[in-house]
Amino acid sequence: MWRNIPERYNLLGTHCQTCGKYYFPMRRVCPTCRRKGKLVDAKMPETGKILSYSQVFVAPSGFEHETPYFLAIVELANKATLLTQIVDSKADVVKEGARVELVFRKIYEDSPEGAIAYGYKFRVV
Amino acid sequence: MRKVSVIGVGQTTFGEHWSLSLRDLVTEAGIKAIENANVEGKDVQALFGGCMASGRFIGQEHIGALMADQMGMNPVPAYRTEAACASGGVALRLAYMAVAGGMYDVVAVGGMEKMTDVSTEDAAVALAGAGDQESELFNGATFPAIYALMARRHMHDFGTTEEQMALCAVKNHGHAVHNPYAQFRKAITVENVMDSGYIASPLKLLDCSPLTDGAAAMVLCASDKAKEYTDKPVEIAASAQASDTLALHERRSLTGLHATEVAAKDAYKQAKIAPKDIDLLECHDCFSIAQIMALEDLGFCKKGTGGKFVEEGNTDFGGVIPTNLSGGLKAVGHPVGASGVREAIDVVRQLRGDAPAPVQVKDAQIGLSHNVGGSGATVVVHAFKKGF
Amino acid sequence: MTRAGIIGYGVSIPHWRIKTTEIARVWGKDGEHVAAGLGVKEKAVGGFDEDSATIAVEASRRAVKMSGIDAQKIGAIYIGSESKPYAVKPTAATVADALMAGPDLMAADYEFACKAGTAGIQTCLGLVKSHMIDVGLAVGADTAQGRPGDALEFSAASGGAAFLVGREKIIAEINHTYSYTTDTPDFWRRQHEEFPMHAGRFTGDPAYFKHVVSCAKKTMEIAGTQASDYAYAVFHQPNGKFPVRAGQILGFSKEQIQTGLITPVIGNTYSGASMIGLAAVLDVAKSGDRILCVSYGSGAGSDGFDLTVTSEIVRHKPVAQVQDLVAKKEYIDYATYIKNRRKLKSL
Repeated sequence: MWRNIPERYNLLGTHCQTCGKYYFPMRRVCPTCRRKGKLVDAKMPETGKILSYSQVFVAPSGFEHETPYFLAIVELANKATLLTQIVDSKADVVKEGARVELVFRKIYEDSPEGAIAYGYKFRVV
Repeated sequence: MRKVSVIGVGQTTFGEHWSLSLRDLVTEAGIKAIENANVEGKDVQALFGGCMASGRFIGQEHIGALMADQMGMNPVPAYRTEAACASGGVALRLAYMAVAGGMYDVVAVGGMEKMTDVSTEDAAVALAGAGDQESELFNGATFPAIYALMARRHMHDFGTTEEQMALCAVKNHGHAVHNPYAQFRKAITVENVMDSGYIASPLKLLDCSPLTDGAAAMVLCASDKAKEYTDKPVEIAASAQASDTLALHERRSLTGLHATEVAAKDAYKQAKIAPKDIDLLECHDCFSIAQIMALEDLGFCKKGTGGKFVEEGNTDFGGVIPTNLSGGLKAVGHPVGASGVREAIDVVRQLRGDAPAPVQVKDAQIGLSHNVGGSGATVVVHAFKKGF
Repeated sequence: MTRAGIIGYGVSIPHWRIKTTEIARVWGKDGEHVAAGLGVKEKAVGGFDEDSATIAVEASRRAVKMSGIDAQKIGAIYIGSESKPYAVKPTAATVADALMAGPDLMAADYEFACKAGTAGIQTCLGLVKSHMIDVGLAVGADTAQGRPGDALEFSAASGGAAFLVGREKIIAEINHTYSYTTDTPDFWRRQHEEFPMHAGRFTGDPAYFKHVVSCAKKTMEIAGTQASDYAYAVFHQPNGKFPVRAGQILGFSKEQIQTGLITPVIGNTYSGASMIGLAAVLDVAKSGDRILCVSYGSGAGSDGFDLTVTSEIVRHKPVAQVQDLVAKKEYIDYATYIKNRRKLKSL
């Protein structure tokens, strides 16, 4: 989706200056401060650590040819979290607590003729 | 607020219904419930139907009108609810609110899904719509994967094992052997689960509920009028619902559903009960880990001890809190929009004494149904009390 | 004349490798013999989710980080590749957005077989020297195609390098550049065709050697240098043998060539090849070192560069050294390789 490019290419998220929390993906309202929250765009850190992971063997349409692939929930250096694929990493290093860094990858293409969606993935450092 | 009772229940068998369409399924379940309630169709003043993804599964929306039309109920008002896998539970709650608030005396509520007309990959996409499309499905997260992320963290934090998770599936299959409506009436072993191959590690095929066609329905009535129709009304003692973030990664915890805790607390307060007062539980075991977390979040055991709690037999028939005596989502099958209603029906059957004899809890007075939408963004909890 | 040169660079080499012997196994060839003949023992293979755009972005991000500049300062982006993800839709725009360098910049994709990336450096150099822009980014990146069973399959690899050209904080000044161009049909890929064709042994003397040697000679003539003036020489490296022989013809020793010779361990990354070689040299070069770099693109032409490393180099460390990227690897088999590169018909 073209409008998501800032998020997907550069991890652009939201910072609430009222409560100090970071959100990814972007939000229009801070769930804690609601309308009192002063929200600004914020680039997320490019490193973090794995909180949990799974290796996916049965994929949804569009990802069938990539199995098995790793998914993880990553906590970034600013405590914001995201769900991401983990690539270029041997199975024995993908584990809770592993340090990861941002990479730029192809996420999805619905057909050889269709547009390509690029975005964020992470790899174990 | 008026008290509300369940006066009739009905369902189709759950399974792969190659020759039946969504309209066939919901009509069959609806008519069975109305007949079971001993009401006339003309007495039913409104219809509430839960359905998650008919648009993606069969290209059909406008399910409220479809129900009224196919069951010959026009022109009564008909509503479709959508809250992913909690669509049925939400339909039940809205129907309850409509009667409790005095708008109607008798309403029918249903849940339905026709899932087998699409490929497994397309079904995975449809189901993943229950999560956050932009941050989860976009990155290749299926629903098993989302729950796998919870399972892995649960294992990491509390030492829960794959065998303990497998036990949930084993026990549920053991119960379903007695359930004539269940998709899988076949006992399995822990070895079967462990050998069934990863779908999204650590979850294996037999940790996961299946793709299922089916519908379930019930008739609700203002309690003060229930005796006009049935000798065995079951009262809805509590109806609670809570919401949480759509995406798993934004939750306060990966090892439990906060919305379950909130809804349960509310339900216990409404019904003036505590977990120890509950005789049986139908919980939302879309994946084995979901059952372990539900037992914890509903307060039947301490956070982190769910695996051990199951292992010790506390959830067996005859245990501290017999859980999913129907077979649960795992073995009864999981037509996503139907499950919330089906869970409630199986609690009602137990309280009426209508459950299959080998798994009928003796003198059951209070039962709880627990229905989860997505990975916990919507949770509905209903408490039922024997009303006769 | 305004001074200009390289102010930062970055390299991206995919994680995956396939050994020459593994490819040879599938075709019933003697793998050791093929590897020795080509001087390529293994090649880098992009993952299923990598293409020349992702490689270009990764390399470019490293270049920007190394230089320490604000990406908004970049006034032009040129991407050279012969394996563009789109026939029509610029990779340069993707790179610009991924760097948050836009929207105020010039951008285009270049094609000149394996020298499109160095053509981008020349364009940036002209724009920077003329003060039309402050900083330009030139990238050479490929997920090189090689038809299954063809000799090219043993060497065609994935990887890329990005160079930032500017006037301030130059780590390697580009003293002179020169290009040598003729119409020579040694290697091509027609529109809509998946794999390139090549003219066998014709790709040697009348193509690669004629252009590389002529270009190198003329570049040195303009610069007033001879082979012995250079600490390092980097030549386009379609295999491990050609650049060594070109060096010999031009009077360079093996030691001068060795540091920038990366193809033997990652294969021929097409547009990336000479640029990754140059990056490997800059990783270890010292202030005052002179470097000759000559690319080659079939069809055919060569771009020659005469560079001098400045004292600034000690203040800018590469984000990832080429040798570290070479060492970080995991081997895959032929089946995984053809899946990753989508050579299976159903993909």
